[in-house]
Parts: sequence; structure tokens; C-alpha cells
Amino acid sequence: MTDLTSLTLAEARDGLATKQFSAIELAETHLRAIEAARALNAFVLETPERAVEMAKASDGRIAKGDARPLEGIPLAVKDMFCTKDVRTTACSHVLENFVPTYESTVTAQLWRDGAVLLGKTNNDEFAMGSSNETSYFGPVHSPWRRKGSNTPLTPGGSSGGSAAAVAAQLCLGATGTDTGGSIRQPAAFTGTVGMKPTYGRCSRWGIVAFASSLDQAGPFARTVRDVAILLRSMAGPDAKDTTCADLPVPDYEAAVGRSVKSLRIGIPKEYRLDGMPAEIETIWGRGREWLKAAGAELVDVSLPHTKYALPAYYIVAPAEASSNLARYDGVRYGLRVSGKDITGMYEATRAEGFGAEVRRRVMIGTYVLSAGYYDAYYLRAQRLRTLIKRDFELAFANGIDAMLTPATPSAAFGLGEKGAADPVEMYLNDVFTVTVNMAGLPGISVPAGLDAQGLPLGLQLIGRPFDEETLFALGGVIEQAAGRFRPERWW
Amino acid sequence: MSANGKNLFRGATGDWEVVIGMEVHAQVASNAKLFSGASTEFGGAPNSHVSLVDAAMPGMLPVINAECVRQAVRTGLGLKAAINLKSVFDRKNYFYPDLPQGYQISQYKQPIVGEGTVTVDLEDGECFTVGIERLHLEQDAGKSLHDRNPTSSYVDLNRSGVALMEIVSKPDIRSSEQAKAFLSKLRSILRYLGTCDGDMEKGSLRADINVSVRRPGEPLGTRCEIKNVNSIRFIGQAIEHEARRQIEIIEEGGAIEQETRLFDPGRGETRSMRSKEEAHDYRYFPDPDLLPLELAQDEVDALKAQLPELPDEKRARFIAAFGLSAYDAAVLVAERETAEYFEVVAKGRDAKSAANWVINELFGRLNKEGKDIRQSPVGAQQLGAVLDLIADGTISGKIAKDLFEIVWSEGGDPREIVKARGMVQVTDLGAIEALVDEVIAKNQDKVAQAKSNPKAIGWFVGQVMKSSGGKASPQAVNDLLKRKLGL
Repeated sequence: MTDLTSLTLAEARDGLATKQFSAIELAETHLRAIEAARALNAFVLETPERAVEMAKASDGRIAKGDARPLEGIPLAVKDMFCTKDVRTTACSHVLENFVPTYESTVTAQLWRDGAVLLGKTNNDEFAMGSSNETSYFGPVHSPWRRKGSNTPLTPGGSSGGSAAAVAAQLCLGATGTDTGGSIRQPAAFTGTVGMKPTYGRCSRWGIVAFASSLDQAGPFARTVRDVAILLRSMAGPDAKDTTCADLPVPDYEAAVGRSVKSLRIGIPKEYRLDGMPAEIETIWGRGREWLKAAGAELVDVSLPHTKYALPAYYIVAPAEASSNLARYDGVRYGLRVSGKDITGMYEATRAEGFGAEVRRRVMIGTYVLSAGYYDAYYLRAQRLRTLIKRDFELAFANGIDAMLTPATPSAAFGLGEKGAADPVEMYLNDVFTVTVNMAGLPGISVPAGLDAQGLPLGLQLIGRPFDEETLFALGGVIEQAAGRFRPERWW
Repeated sequence: MSANGKNLFRGATGDWEVVIGMEVHAQVASNAKLFSGASTEFGGAPNSHVSLVDAAMPGMLPVINAECVRQAVRTGLGLKAAINLKSVFDRKNYFYPDLPQGYQISQYKQPIVGEGTVTVDLEDGECFTVGIERLHLEQDAGKSLHDRNPTSSYVDLNRSGVALMEIVSKPDIRSSEQAKAFLSKLRSILRYLGTCDGDMEKGSLRADINVSVRRPGEPLGTRCEIKNVNSIRFIGQAIEHEARRQIEIIEEGGAIEQETRLFDPGRGETRSMRSKEEAHDYRYFPDPDLLPLELAQDEVDALKAQLPELPDEKRARFIAAFGLSAYDAAVLVAERETAEYFEVVAKGRDAKSAANWVINELFGRLNKEGKDIRQSPVGAQQLGAVLDLIADGTISGKIAKDLFEIVWSEGGDPREIVKARGMVQVTDLGAIEALVDEVIAKNQDKVAQAKSNPKAIGWFVGQVMKSSGGKASPQAVNDLLKRKLGL
């Protein structure tokens, strides 16, 4: 029998349905793989007992011919999703021992459809970071290494644990959250497929909030089809989140393999940066050729406000974060560090509970919302956001169906290599992804090849609001042409 | 609004005018909180009405309660105010243990209700208008309990997230009397609308009062805000004290510092809570968890069509339809229940006498026992029956008061009581004439007096009534006496 961990999610689904193996076998094989891969630090909590229990139930369902869409599929969940009776920390000391009494809507829908929880994956603290290095539980080590080098690399962030777990075949798929690129960038760094759906496609209820107007849940998997399968379960209306769209969920899987003939693909010139490695330009060109060969039409477009997206993002996101994180005050739950009075307790709790990057963003956010600075920063950033959004609206109104861009300005970098002296160096990683969050659009990162050092590079497709299907169709074309990439096991 | 003389404060150096604006916090009458399904019931065990949202657990999101929105719109309509079809919820950020989210969801730049007016009547019949600046919806905070433990405070989140309407007046109020009358009127409107129970003891209605003083005709002075005053009486006291305090400072050459003050009911004075420098920077910004609140004109129109008759309209109708005085009408409409009671009593009867009985006899008795109209032992139908007995001459007005007393303390059908206890008025002229003759015969000395001073007939009426045990018809006694005394 083939190694069950090398199956795609779709293959595993079929294997379970035809009883080639049981959900228990599938879960246990993955649990063993997780155990053997602890060096990656991809999981902050393994939940073998729950996995076995859920897998048993799945086998019961399959035996009765009562299987649900994700019956017996073992998944990993980013530690930003609240999971009932399962510790949820956002990888922060302030929530180190927090056990929710409730289940996030997105994960509840995965369990509703029969999926099996393997554990909670590591991420940057409160999803603030692009390398997974801000996690209270330490960085994730990418399963990828440069050719002939043992230098530990980042899997990207903030959903670094989920991306690494999928790439290292520790699970068949995983959930992530993406506020400025936290799904697409780690997907690109790990040779996996990751999608940030349209803002409002998935409910935010029960996901630890970072920046409410930007946060969106999405799936990771090793194929475009698998991502489509997962998104169908994760998405959908939720009366508990008023920003969640009341729209039916299409059969995304059916869009994979769909013809992309005569689709008009915008190539935004603003994504060609000075000093960008030639390999990024090369892979982008290759992507254009693949889509053209599949019958799509390439159109040069301009998104003139793109250059403002990153600075505007680093005002809006911290502003919302500074308010969203005010609840971690030591009063009701989470870490409490005593002080001489209530203010002392707040200060001590938050100083000890939050790491440096979270503290930095809370301070930036507090600053930009302060009297006298609000108009100069927050309000202007919001105006820019409107302009960024309008750039896309105009392009779409002119008949563009989707955009093709690089996912990241570089391949994965080494742990400790970036941002130590200047946090902006790290922030620049999000330059191609933040626009999509600012505009609320769907974006997918699909592996497109390896660089000279053997590291994966990804391409990003950006779609019209709620048109994830076109992205799956286009992503499928790139995947077909580029092939799939898997790291050599060193752990 | 005019700075007429009687509202002025006399200081050591001349007259002063006090300028008052109010921010009234009215708890929305609703079963559930503004953004969560938790109960709003008063007085549950601490933390028994708290949802995950109210406790601000990670990942929780607010969902607007549509009924609270309707209540705010109804209130806006009742205040003759503009309803904003688009409004926005903002976050007001500050740290406090009873504020679980670390921010209060409120409305800052775009409130649900815009400008309106409240017409207020004073006891002397004068009336004035107070402009309404805005009304917005916001969440209440929880409560810190400092008396349960010597070293730490406890927090009760039952109130956390309860919907409040903050109603902001323009600085159109010029005296403590006006301020009290304004709040009473506002309370009355809210209670008519059913949008707030107006119960100040339970904290359902409380006011922040902005007070400044100036010489008549001069620009506005620096104001101080007195926080959270929770009774109409205290509002009067707080304003009186604060105005005197400010006048004294200015007259002694000082300047008023803008600050927030607290009223201490025990001492009857205000004291400083925090200065302008210590004021919070609330870092307001639109709450990204909530979409802008959009209303359709149709919905607003439908709510408008269903509004009950409000005090001003009811008062106008009472004056026009019943011929009541403006003052009587105002007194009767102040509470919806009273107006309803009165209308039952007045139906098919003489409205003025119905008004007299309700205002003088019933209110007098209720006040004496500290009861409100809903607790009245005498129902509107019973009082109506008493009035019928007077109208058809069965009993005199004096006997009616005795009858009222009996119905008050013992209950029962007034007509039956009158029959059973022989309280029927004597209209037999022969019997009355005998009594009149007897009184005249016994008091010949007074007869002469009465002839020179016809007003003295009152004494004779009194004597005859007394000897009849109050049952003689006063009209018949009067007529007979006039004839017999040749007046």
C-alpha cells in the first residue's frame, strides 16, 4: 500500500469511500508523521485522542453508507481558530492556557462535514508576522532547505505551521487565516496551494481577531482541487457574523479543470518591483505563458495605487489590532500578572503576555487612532484603501476576469535573517498580498516552480469578489503546467 | 429659553444666567442586549445574564438587535427628530474592568437620530422648547463591585452590552426647574413610546448635565459636566449647587476649568472627578465588525404610523375635546396610565368634573399613600360611578367624598354602597323645609345679620346640612333659605 500521507485529499476521500483503508488508519498514519516531525515545530498542540475518536465515528458513517463530504479527512487547524475544549492560544503567552467553550463557525463546518482534527498549528503571535518567528512557541522550521544547506528556513507566516504541516505531509489540508498574506505567502514558501477567499466568504466567528476588516479564513492543501474541496465546507453564511456574505456556496471542485479559454487576465505593471530577483520575474513570465497556452488572453493593466497598499495596510491593521487586543487585560481569562492597582495589572499582564511584535503593532495602532493623528493616518489610510479597491473595480469593469502576479518578492528566507534590525524589512514580504486584503478580493497562491536553490516559488491569482471559481480554474492550469513540489525529508 | 428675570441667579456683583445642556442615558426597553442574545432582566444573580459576546471572549462578534434599532427610531420620531437612514457604529476605546471588550460600541459621527425638539410645560403654564442635538445607540458597561472583598474588586457583567440611547439636548435650558421639567417630559415621552421604562431607581434613566454660567447677553461660559445624576430631585440640587459654585469662583476673580464632576447627594454638592487634561482619548473609529446600519424609509414610515398618541397631542385633544385647562390637561397626560384612567372616567360624563376628581381627590389620595395610578384601589369605572351618582343628584359632592373614601378602603360598587348605607341625598322639600324652619327659629339673631350681609347665608346652609347629616340637597337648602330669609 502506498504511504497514506502522500495521498491528496481527493485521493484519500476516494480511498475511504472505496474502503481501501479506514479513517482510523489514515488518522493514525498522520499522527505518527506528526510525531516524527516535531523538529518542524509545526504543531503547538497534537490531539491524537480526539483524532482517533473522530476517525472512528467516520468509519462508522462510511460503513453505514452515510459519509459526509470530508468524511475521515485528517486536517490541521491554525491556532487562531477557537476549538471547543481544545486549547486555543493564538500562539500568545496571554492565551497560553485558554480553552474555549465554543467552536469557530469555520471549524464547526469542517467537523459537520466529517473532517478529523489532528491538532493545532503554530503561527505568528495573533497572526502578526510573516515568518512564524513571533510565535510564543517558537518558530516553525520549513520542511524545505536550500540545496546543500542545513540553514533552517522560515515556512512563511503567519500560518507557518499549517503550511509546513501540509508541505511535510503531516495532514491532508489545513486551515489558515490571511490578514495581509498569511495564507498565500506561506503557501508560496512551502510549495503548497493556499487561498484567501473574498472578505465575507467565510465566517470570522470564533477566530481570534487580528484586524477585523481584513481577516479572512482559508484553506491550505497540496493541490488546487483539495483547496477547492475544503473551501466548500469552510465557506457560507453565518448569522453570527454580520460581515459574512449571505450567498450560497458553489461547488468549487467543479471549477477545477474548467476551461480558461478567452478569460482576460490582467498583468498589473505595478507588481514589477525594482530589485526583485530575476527568478521571480522569470516564474511570472512562465505563468503568463501557461495561461496563454490554455487560451486565456493577457492584458497589461495598471493598478496605480498599489504602492500605497503596504503603508496603508500597516496603519489600518495595527489600528484595528490595538482595539481588538484590548480585551486581553487579565480581568476575565488568560494570563493575569498582578500589579499594585488595576492599571498596574493591565500593564504587567500586557507587557508579559504580548511579544515584541504584538506590542509594536498595538502601539502603532494606538498612535494612529489618537486625537490629532487620526486624520493624518487612519483616515488617509482608509481613503487610500478606497482608491486601491477602485483600481481593481475599474480593471474588472473593463473586462478583466482575474490578475496574475508573483505571490512573494522572494523565496523563503532563513530564520533570523530578516526584520531583526528593521521590522519594515519583514513587512515588505507582504507587498504583493496586502492589496488583496485591502480590496477584500479573493486570492490564491499556486506553486509554479523552484528557484536555483531548490526553493519553491508561487504565483498569485486575484479574482473578482466571490468569484473563487475562476481562480480555481486558472490555478488548475498553472498546477497542471508547473507540476507539484515536495520537500526532501530531513527531519 | 428667554433669559427672563426669574431664572437669574443673583450674585454679589450682579445677575447671572445659567446655561444647561443634558445628555440623557435611557436604557432601551428590550428583552435582549444590543449586540447579543443575553437577557436584559434587572436584578439577576451577578454574571447570570452574560453571553460569550458580553464577556468579550476571543473571536466573538456583535450582531445588532433589530428591536433595539426600532426602539431608537420610535424614540427619534417621538422627539420629532430626523431619522438618519444610514448610521455607523464606532468603537470608543478605554480600559476599565467592567468594559470587557476594552471598548464600548457606540455611535460617534453618524448617529441614528439627528435634530429634534421637546416642548416642556412648567407649572405656571409657561412653556419652552429644548432642542435635541442627536440620539445614538450604545452599549452599557458592567458593574464593578468594591464591597465584596477587602483587597480586590468583583465585576458583574449582567448590564454589559445592554442597549442605551444617549439623548443629547442643546444648551437650551436656563434653570434647575427647567432642567427637571425637561427630564420629566422626556421621561414621559419615552414611557408613552414604550422605548424606556424610565425607572431612575433602577438606573434605566440617568443624566449627565453640562452647566455653565454667564452674564445675561454674554457668550457662553466654560462648562462643567456633572456625571450620572440619577434622580430628578438630584438634578435640581446638582445644578443649583454647581451654578452657585461657578458664580462664586468667577466673582472672586477666578476662572472655571472645564472638568467632569460628580454629584454627592449626601452633601448636596458636586466635586471634581477629572480635569480636561485627564480626559480620555477614546480613539474612536468605525467598528469593523459591524456594517453601517441602513434603514429603509418604508420601515421608518411603518414605525411612525404605529406610534401611540404622545403627551403633546393628547394634551391638545384633552383641551379641545374636553374643554380642560392647559394645566389640568398637562397634569393628566404626564403619565400614559393617568391619561388612560382619566379618559375612562370622562367617557360620557362631565369632563371637567372628571378632571377635578382625578387630579384633586385621586392624586391627593395616591400621593398621600405613595402609590402610583396603577396601584389605585379605586378603579376608573368605580370613580365614574361616583361621578354618576353626583350627576343624577343621588348624592351631594360632600357625600361623594365620603363614598370615595369607602370605595378606597373597602372597595365595592359605589351605587350599592350608597343604597346599603342610606347615603342617598334628601330631595324631599317638605323634610328640608322643616329643617330650615328649625334653624331659622333657633337663630333669630343671625337672621338680621344675613339680611344685611347676604354672604352670611353660607352659615345657615352649613347648619341645615349638618342637621340633615349631610344628606340634604345643598341646592334645595340654598333655595329655601333665600326664600325664607327674603334674600
